[in-house]
Amino acid sequence: MAPRYNGAMSQPDATEKSPLLSFDRVTLGYGDFVVLSDLSLTIKSGEVVAMMGGSGSGKTTIMRAATGQLLPQSGTVTVFGQPLPNIKSSGLQSLRQRMGVLFQHGALFTDLNVFENVAFPLREHELTSEQDLTVKVLNTLEAVGLKAAAHLRLSEISGGMARRVALARAVVREPELVFYDEPFAGLDPISMGVTARLIRRLSDRLGCASVLITHDVAESFEIADVVYLVGQGELKAQGAPATLNKSTDPYVRQFLDGAADGPVAFDYPVTPEFERWCERQGVDQ
Amino acid sequence: MSILGGVAALGRRTRTALISLGQMARFFVMLITRLGIVVKRPRLVLQQVHFIGNYSLLIIAVSGLFVGFVLGLQGYYTLNRYGSEEALGLLVALSLTRELGPVVTALLFAGRAGTSLTAEIGLMKAGEQLAAMEVMAVDPIRRVLAPRFLGGIIAMPILAAIFSMVGILGGWFVGVVLIGIDTGAFWSQMQNGVDVFNDVLNGVIKSVVFGVAVTLIALFEGWQCRPTPEGVSRATTRTVVAGSLAVLGLDFVLTALMFS
Repeated sequence: MAPRYNGAMSQPDATEKSPLLSFDRVTLGYGDFVVLSDLSLTIKSGEVVAMMGGSGSGKTTIMRAATGQLLPQSGTVTVFGQPLPNIKSSGLQSLRQRMGVLFQHGALFTDLNVFENVAFPLREHELTSEQDLTVKVLNTLEAVGLKAAAHLRLSEISGGMARRVALARAVVREPELVFYDEPFAGLDPISMGVTARLIRRLSDRLGCASVLITHDVAESFEIADVVYLVGQGELKAQGAPATLNKSTDPYVRQFLDGAADGPVAFDYPVTPEFERWCERQGVDQ
Repeated sequence: MSILGGVAALGRRTRTALISLGQMARFFVMLITRLGIVVKRPRLVLQQVHFIGNYSLLIIAVSGLFVGFVLGLQGYYTLNRYGSEEALGLLVALSLTRELGPVVTALLFAGRAGTSLTAEIGLMKAGEQLAAMEVMAVDPIRRVLAPRFLGGIIAMPILAAIFSMVGILGGWFVGVVLIGIDTGAFWSQMQNGVDVFNDVLNGVIKSVVFGVAVTLIALFEGWQCRPTPEGVSRATTRTVVAGSLAVLGLDFVLTALMFS
């Protein structure tokens, strides 16, 4: 069976691109805690966007806001031309049908085998025959190199293979907007390169927007059109990979070079709660 | 603790209990409004009837047998005092169909199937499987919880009927085979004394109500639990405690309504 994703590596004409996702002065957080403030960005169809930043910088929070799992504290998130907070539940469901999400930990269904995991979104939303469904699922599994693992249970596959199964499930319905939360985590170098190229090819072939939430500078800079760098509660930098590579901004340089010294402190800051805890424990800070 | 502190703590506990009750009522309504899945995808419900019912069958049947044995022995020693040993069949059947069948089955059901449901839902939550469904535009309450709810409600009366049936056979074995009561008297007294509507049907109604209560509590605890190993562990414990207390409390209310 021929691989499914064999489209050219060229990008669609820039004039055809339309915004699929935009954040307009958005503040995100949980309760009283603000994770990111005054965030503005636009993601167009056919683009591969890398959302980068240190651990806990709010990258996954951006994805949660874009998928309607988290409402912004202020500002507007617009998906497929519709502002999210104003959408009723049924409207949100139809928008989500146009999205695909690769979760950070895969979120595969442990009671289903590899094939059924990838077939799940199709069974739930598409009235295709069992034969068509089988062909589509096997083609998608072939694209991630796991066609021959279709029959295996999740307990029989490695962590890296599970990531690829989750990737196949995220793209099997050919969504218009795909979020990949840490797509390269736990992959060996070969799988990492294949996965990166697969994401790029998928975006080119389907014209979908791909949002990579990742720390992996090398792989994401190779395939991304635009990179957003978040940290310290705000958007620190944005631009094409080549532009960011030339940046002299200390924050950007520290992140890209992986330097220990710079504006981002490696040590977790001392908080009043920690001071009180030390007092209770009877230890000096 | 000062008196004021005690009152405040009592108030907090009461408020927490009321909030939890309100959340459960809301959860119940959400489940009820999504039961249409049984029409569209009956296979999902059948799978759950199999999972919940079939895997509980052994413990239910064995327990029913021993309860029947004990009823046979205790009933004989009591009835023998009044020379009414022939009524043993009636006593065993009424005890099982009216009370012990639905109640003991529901208690075992809470321990076996209830904990299993809570742990399954809790672990699905911890593994982001429910969140993944939501993002895939699949309603997890409709797809995952509603079939399990219906599966529990359907499985419970069937299990209670099996419990009662095996229990009656246990009573017959002790009374007729071991002690030597006349087998014709055993069965004819039962046939004459057990009313299909007053006794059997009321027992079935009880088991359906217990099935609703235990399955609802099990699913709610799984749905609400903290997505950590400790949170899932606590939720399964709460399922057994709350489920068992709910069964015993509801049994009193239903018995008062049905047989008073």
